[in-house]
Amino acid sequence: MASLDDLKKRITSVKSTQKITKAMKMVAAAKLKRAQDSAEKGRPYSEKMNNIILNLSSGISDKETAPKLLSGSGKEQIHLCVVMTSDRGLCGGFNANIIKKAKSYFTKLNKEGKELKIITVGSKGNDQLKRVYGDKIIENISFKNSKNANYFDAEKVGKIIIEKFQKEEFDICTIFYNQFKNVITQIPQAQQIIPLNTKSDDQNNSEDNYEFEPDEDEILSNLLPKNISTQIFKAMLENSASEQGARMSAMDNATRNAGEMVDKLTIEYNRSRQAAITKELIEIISGAESL
Amino acid sequence: MSDEFKIEIVNPEKSFLSKEDVNEVVVPAFEGEMGILKDHISIISFLKPGIVTIQAKSGEEKYYVEDGIIEFKNNTLSILTSYILNLKDIEKNKLQELLKNAEEESNKPEISDQLKYLADQKVETLKSIN
Repeated sequence: MASLDDLKKRITSVKSTQKITKAMKMVAAAKLKRAQDSAEKGRPYSEKMNNIILNLSSGISDKETAPKLLSGSGKEQIHLCVVMTSDRGLCGGFNANIIKKAKSYFTKLNKEGKELKIITVGSKGNDQLKRVYGDKIIENISFKNSKNANYFDAEKVGKIIIEKFQKEEFDICTIFYNQFKNVITQIPQAQQIIPLNTKSDDQNNSEDNYEFEPDEDEILSNLLPKNISTQIFKAMLENSASEQGARMSAMDNATRNAGEMVDKLTIEYNRSRQAAITKELIEIISGAESL
Repeated sequence: MSDEFKIEIVNPEKSFLSKEDVNEVVVPAFEGEMGILKDHISIISFLKPGIVTIQAKSGEEKYYVEDGIIEFKNNTLSILTSYILNLKDIEKNKLQELLKNAEEESNKPEISDQLKYLADQKVETLKSIN
């Protein structure tokens, strides 16, 4: 059994860890509120953008001449995966879930004999993926310096992707991120952004006759690159809310576990202290008896 | 019958402005300025750098935008823009900074014609604000 001093030291160290995790939980809770707010505020923009694009793409008569960002390059050989993770750890399964989702997708692609290219956003994803898929990662983007997700960062990522698409470096682009559902649930998502998936929302009544100025094609070719940045921005917002949520619940768990540990250690400490007292008593009594 | 309609301006971060009592909006559409009144036909267009003027019952407001898409439908005008500033709140040095950036951009040698045109528009608009 560990000595009393050792136990005491362990109790203090667990207690101070608990203090840290508790503080982290508080910070995450405050940040979560803000991240959630901005995720909600950002929603109208991406929804409106989506609507307009749906209306536009239904107005396009000739699919052949449609912009490539919408119709695709006609091939499905090279896949670009944009894996969006956080820059910081200690947030439970947040990063691991995205990576898991991405990895299972990668294996599927491998089986089908497709070529794979990876862009990682956020350093944690890069750390985990570079061991196995190091040769596939073509770019690593990290926004350690910017405090909150902002549109300019998203635009930067969007520009890189579009540039690569125009150089025909890939055919299909998918982004991976965590969708924020609530504090304890985040759903890893794989969303295809190039070519744009317009079929799923067909129930949207797009019978309105719009006037376009200039014509559909030109608007679309201007709008689609913006839409990519918008989608990435949306993913970033969802991600940052998810990250804080995941961190909050992870730190909550850690605090609780530390509490349990302190309880257990305290019992053990008391027990061994009592044992020492009893031992001493026995020694005194047996000493007195032998006299 | 009133001749007012609704306007919504959103940027990626938040819903920037929402008004219900608008009489007329003039937007710098890509192919020239365009005034929108109530019961305009449904339209989608996009913007070049310029000034959005909103004539509302509560007064006239002017905003500087760098780009954007507009959609008008069922007497609701939605403007989506990535960069918007209220002319009233704009500060002199901020303006100078924007102007400098725009001028630099338009003077880049490798720039494409369309981008050059946009940058020139930006410079012109900013100068007119000055």
